[in-house]
Amino acid sequence: MNELHIPTMAELVARGETADILFWVGCAGSFDERAQRITRDICKILHHVGIRYAILGTEENCTGDPAKRAGNEFLFQMQAMMNIQILDGYEVKKIVTACPHCFNTLKNEYPDLGGHYEVIHHTQLIQQLIDEGKLKAEGGESFKGRRITYHDPCYLGRGNDVYEAPRKALECLDAELVEMKRCRSNGLCCGAGGAQMFKEPEKGKKDINIERTEEALETQPEIIAAACPFCMTMLRDGVKIKEKEHDVHVLDIAEITARANGL
Amino acid sequence: MTPPVISQLIFAVLFVAALALAIFNARKIIQNIRLGRSEQRADQTGKRLQTMLLVAFGQKKMFKRPFAALLHLFVYLGFCIINLEMLEIVIDGLFGTHRAFSGLGGFYSFLIGAFEWLALSVLVGCVIFLTRRNITRVRRFFGIEMTPWPRTDANLILTAEILLMAAFLTMNAADHKLQLLGAPHYTQAGAFPISSWLLSALPDSIPSLIGIERFSWWFHIIGVLIFLNYLPYSKHLHILLAFPNTYFSNLHPKGRFTNMDSVTNEVKAMLDPSYTLETTAAPLRFGAKDIQDLTWKNLLEAYTCTECGRCTSVCPANITGKLLSPRKIMMDTRDRMVEVGDNIRKNKEDKDDGKSLLDNYITREEIWACTTCNACVEACPVNINPLEIIVELRRYAVMEESQAPIPLNAMFGNVENNGAPWKYAQADRANWVDD
Repeated sequence: MNELHIPTMAELVARGETADILFWVGCAGSFDERAQRITRDICKILHHVGIRYAILGTEENCTGDPAKRAGNEFLFQMQAMMNIQILDGYEVKKIVTACPHCFNTLKNEYPDLGGHYEVIHHTQLIQQLIDEGKLKAEGGESFKGRRITYHDPCYLGRGNDVYEAPRKALECLDAELVEMKRCRSNGLCCGAGGAQMFKEPEKGKKDINIERTEEALETQPEIIAAACPFCMTMLRDGVKIKEKEHDVHVLDIAEITARANGL
Repeated sequence: MTPPVISQLIFAVLFVAALALAIFNARKIIQNIRLGRSEQRADQTGKRLQTMLLVAFGQKKMFKRPFAALLHLFVYLGFCIINLEMLEIVIDGLFGTHRAFSGLGGFYSFLIGAFEWLALSVLVGCVIFLTRRNITRVRRFFGIEMTPWPRTDANLILTAEILLMAAFLTMNAADHKLQLLGAPHYTQAGAFPISSWLLSALPDSIPSLIGIERFSWWFHIIGVLIFLNYLPYSKHLHILLAFPNTYFSNLHPKGRFTNMDSVTNEVKAMLDPSYTLETTAAPLRFGAKDIQDLTWKNLLEAYTCTECGRCTSVCPANITGKLLSPRKIMMDTRDRMVEVGDNIRKNKEDKDDGKSLLDNYITREEIWACTTCNACVEACPVNINPLEIIVELRRYAVMEESQAPIPLNAMFGNVENNGAPWKYAQADRANWVDD
């Protein structure tokens, strides 16, 4: 990763430069080791296509999403207003993020508090780049004919009606895409949303991620494609519990794209 | 036979009494819905009309389950279109005419023929629906909230519809036979593609046929008037409320949760000492403990719910055996709203009954099992949002009582102190850059 310099907004401003887009990394992308790999791949993609981007670095703060879902509106709004101050300070206009929860909150909930930005999810950016011919899925690992099933994150799919972008990103791989029984608007949650990620589940017969992993495994995939760091954790845990981690890989759309382009 | 004038009078009295009772009940429902907080849902008329046309009239979301949707379409079309026939029945009842619209000639025959086909499809639909509920026992019609009353309610509605359609067809059959026998008053009118199957089963004597025809006519119309007044006590209210409920749908992306302006006010004051608090009436409490803390739209939704259970059948928490059932959230809200409304009407004030929606109806275990995945919202054929109620209850538990599950309190602490839900230092946030 050392060959790639990842600029911060502060740094660009000090140099008198601007960024076209802010990459909102998110807490999982910053701290979770597995999600960090997705973060780096997104940086590689941005670098590869020559987009002028920057991150907030240590100035980034939780969007407040888990607090809001858990009913702590005070904490959410404190976080939001702090972040809006920083974003507006850098005159940020456009944001790309790898986390559907950050995406939803920044896009739909910040405007009520005065933060107005064009917010896109990284799968949407990848789709745009493919449409513009800037990403071609060549020069790297071949996914031709490999069975991939895509898991819709709730806050990207049902929450914001983004169903096609991630699929488009996979379609250009010439892979064999198989849908789970519950997909798109009928997709089943991985079990992490609504702040469940940060607590134990209530008592029941089964964990939600197991239910979803079983459904994914029924499609006999080589790869389960995800687009959310929390879904990633839940599905990886599920695959491990099912003792399938050697046969089935859980990969983010960004990772698959980066690999296909040899990044 | 009763002299025509007397039967006209009896009909008029019954009709007016049934309408009056229905209006009385409707007022109670409106009063109960008004117990909720205000919320602006009157903007974007065009988009709202479009949503109502697609979702309520067009039943777009029903078709996620094609078989049930098709049967429901039969019953729905039958209900809507046969109600055109009600107009004639009411005119005949009030003025002592017989088939007042028969002057329409060929078109009239077409209409009656179409009504008969629809009546048959309603009948078939309802029989299959009863089978699904009682014999094949489709899973979503069961569950902890489907106690004997809601299940009886469903069976009563279906049975009533079967009886009404049977009466309608028997009436037509007797009428048709009387027409064929040239009975006076029974002018040749209509086409009877379905009821003519019943001809041979009917007696040949004109007085018996008139008896059957009149009995079926009265049975049908009295049945409809009773049904009208049963609606307010039943889940079947959706046939009316689906329309306003979809009109007032949430038009934002489903992922967006409402902003609490009362909180915004306080947070702004906290962050900026020079900020003067807007003195818009502060809410009595943050979030919802009881139905008065919910919005009128939440309460309208509770009345609109027909307990089909599509929400619960797609809820990840419910599927994996947790206590949460989105349908129960709506049913509890309605039951509590009716209880509060009756209490207020009885005591002329909101006398404390020591109960509340949270805890007496909906438990903490239920609200904390939700993943806020919006599957229930997506599944609802009439755009009901159980998630909004769950979040309001969480807001009350967290902001008024500080009663979040312990790990969530830890998460709040982390977000507040280190800007991330986990216990990592803010300063380490960009360490991945150098790894």
